[in-house]
Amino acid sequence: MTEKIFPADINELAPVTVFLEEELDKAEANPKLMVTFAVALEELFVNVAHYAYPDSKGTVKIGIDTSGDSIVVQLTDSGVPFNPVAMPDPDITESAEERKIGGLGIYMVKKSMDSMTYEYKDNQNILTISKRK
Amino acid sequence: MEIKKNREGAKLTVALSGRLDTLTAPQMEEVVKGDLDGVTELSIDLKDLTYVSSAGLRVLLMAQKTMNGKKGTMEICNVCEDIKEVFSITGFADIFTIK
Repeated sequence: MTEKIFPADINELAPVTVFLEEELDKAEANPKLMVTFAVALEELFVNVAHYAYPDSKGTVKIGIDTSGDSIVVQLTDSGVPFNPVAMPDPDITESAEERKIGGLGIYMVKKSMDSMTYEYKDNQNILTISKRK
Repeated sequence: MEIKKNREGAKLTVALSGRLDTLTAPQMEEVVKGDLDGVTELSIDLKDLTYVSSAGLRVLLMAQKTMNGKKGTMEICNVCEDIKEVFSITGFADIFTIK
């Protein structure tokens, strides 16, 4: 797994995306898979940037493993414990007036990946997503 | 992301190109908040848009609500397959008028 540490700040989104694209390029992932992972990583990274460190600046470690049958992306932060996997899904049948955006990003990740798992270990949130190549 | 606006009377066409993400969605939010006075027909052209995240969906929903609120219309044109899929899994395919 190739790992890189980024400040947990939304202005780091561009370098985070570049890191993902470089790793997936090396693995010759198809463009559709590239976009799917880019959206998923944006949602998860921005979530950490917004909520993990309410009173301080922190970092998030991003690991990418393209060696197996699936591409695996892992985010590790030492912020507030938060399990996105346990979040209830939004009601996607509501009308425009009723629709709320909260939870939508996480839902998009859940729907687009084969698996999404969460672990809290040694005071760290460890979130792992994977999808077959 | 680049935004091109074309106003003809009460119709506004907004063409987006590039990425509508967490960092660029505020640019579109400015259009929704500042350029819809007197507009009854909004057309959003996504021909050159390659990427939408939930931040992008949020601002498109805001545009839809604004147009609904003043009994106007909004349509989204030239949506690529990847973005259609995002609209579909999030239920937005049923909310937006996609041409």
